[in-house]
Amino acid sequence: MSVLAGPAVPVVSPPRGRASRSWSAAVRAVSLPLLLAGLVLPFLPLLLWAVAERYPYPALTPTVTSSRPLRLLADPTSEVLTGLVNSVSIAVAVAIIAALIGLSAGRALGLHQFRGKRLVQFLLLAPVIVPGLAVTLGIQVFFIRYGLSDTRRGVVLVHLLAAVPYVSLVMSSVYANLDLRLEDQARTLGAGPVQVFLRITLPAVAPGLAVAGLFAFLISWGEYVLTLLVGGGAVKTLPLLLYSYLGSTDTPVAAALGLALVVPPVLLLAVTSRLLSGEGTPLAGFGRT
Amino acid sequence: MATRVTLEDLVVDYGAGPVVDGVGLDVAPGSLVALLGPSGCGKSTTLRAVAGLLQPRSGDVRFDGRSQLAVAPERRPVAMVFQAPLLFPHMSIGDNVAFGLRMRGVGREERRRRAQEALERVQLPGVADRRPGQLSGGQEQRVSLARALVVQPEVLLLDEPFSALDASLRVEVRELVAQLQREAGVTTLFVTHDQEEATVLADRVALMLDGRLEQVGTPRELYERPATLAVARFFGTANAFDGVVADGCWRGALGAVPVRAEDGAGVLLVRQEAVRVVGPDDPGVDAVVLRTAYAGTSVRAWADAGGTEVALVVDPTTRLVAGDRVRLHVPPEHCTVVRR
Repeated sequence: MSVLAGPAVPVVSPPRGRASRSWSAAVRAVSLPLLLAGLVLPFLPLLLWAVAERYPYPALTPTVTSSRPLRLLADPTSEVLTGLVNSVSIAVAVAIIAALIGLSAGRALGLHQFRGKRLVQFLLLAPVIVPGLAVTLGIQVFFIRYGLSDTRRGVVLVHLLAAVPYVSLVMSSVYANLDLRLEDQARTLGAGPVQVFLRITLPAVAPGLAVAGLFAFLISWGEYVLTLLVGGGAVKTLPLLLYSYLGSTDTPVAAALGLALVVPPVLLLAVTSRLLSGEGTPLAGFGRT
Repeated sequence: MATRVTLEDLVVDYGAGPVVDGVGLDVAPGSLVALLGPSGCGKSTTLRAVAGLLQPRSGDVRFDGRSQLAVAPERRPVAMVFQAPLLFPHMSIGDNVAFGLRMRGVGREERRRRAQEALERVQLPGVADRRPGQLSGGQEQRVSLARALVVQPEVLLLDEPFSALDASLRVEVRELVAQLQREAGVTTLFVTHDQEEATVLADRVALMLDGRLEQVGTPRELYERPATLAVARFFGTANAFDGVVADGCWRGALGAVPVRAEDGAGVLLVRQEAVRVVGPDDPGVDAVVLRTAYAGTSVRAWADAGGTEVALVVDPTTRLVAGDRVRLHVPPEHCTVVRR
């Protein structure tokens, strides 16, 4: 009997483990669809409106559908194409410049100790803490004085103000994980400083750099207030167009524009999601399950 | 053909006092010299200065008389292997090994061939297409060794290359290094904190303590003729007896021992295995065994010789138990006197 009593103990516990496991499975079975629904459902009206001509209140789906709103997106005479070109070119410029700044600022912050480092870190975060509106109102005078107001260059600059803090912080954590001995090893094998950077350092931080650039792109892509203030309406990006259509009565076109605003970042994220999660994640603890 | 490495009064300073304080060392062409010392003694820093990874505050590093101070690390004819394999993670094993050749502008075909040869020399043929992380730690360290040797450096620098490996692998990789170093005839400076590693591998050992070279010599010289008490203490198993030297004779707890030393206070050093148990009528001192420790091939014993404890190592066939009265003899030829 005592021989049997020993193994009997673990026999009792598994049902409890199984119960808690099935419980957590049930929670997952419910919460995951809920989460997905919460993320996806808001886009459903957007999709429906984007193909609607008439969509009166009680109807669940549009009573008259039309491809007019979507055709307008591709219409070269509309402002949409200009807006798209503006948004893409500005966001790409912001992403590239912010990444370049982050590449050096991140190294300094992530790897080196220097006097006033904490102050620099704080100042970097300042634009995040202080509302962009306040910052921009303060510096708008200078943008006007230097002829940067109402120009794409000016908009790129002011977007950088918002993007550089994030990019620098991301890159500083990427650099903090870099094994500097790899650079020493490369030096002793005959690689000069430029070669070390191009062949060792850059490949090592590249995934993190791509993520940082993506952040900068997204920040610029969705920016409204700063664009409006510095662009002064002369530089029309997609968010600006969307706001003006939202104010008008043409909801289907606004919905189509909304889609145009949502789709590119989603595609970009889908392409780069490999960098945000899974093996070899460039950002420790970021996007990991 | 091989290169002579000379360190002249090397001082390295990180700002808070010198880490390397006036190190002078001559490494004969083609020889292997071990820089031995406890962690933090400045031996790795010395190696980094030889590699050019840091600039000494003063002194000089010369290869065959040519000062290297103005030469950038990538232009020095050295190759270095670190404690970790440090394989470049985004390159295949083959590209890792060929990296130094690529930096020297060697063509693709020759790179491939020479990398292949180097991998064969470290007994890792057929791994060129694998990625770092797909090999074991010992294999990766061998790849690292191949990567250093493939550029045919004039000077090979090894910074604790085995300390991250487990015991059995350590010996295996150590033998490989010894063999490759002999074959290549490359002047080698080797940093380690492991005295066995240093004495087994090196032609000469430079013992470094607190940023200074304490003694340089063959492993046997350091072991049997320590120049200072600190050297003897580092190697551990020496007896040290306070006494006074006068007229070529040391006098102290063990009686009188003829030595070659200057007059004055002196510490007599004698290795545990040099102390002999002799017959009752032979010259020596009487002692009582305090305790013993059986270690298979030898027996360690501690005895009380008139209030002074003497440690000795004897043959296991010599049966000693605590309480035994023995007569101990210290052969003068195995004694050294140093200042305290």
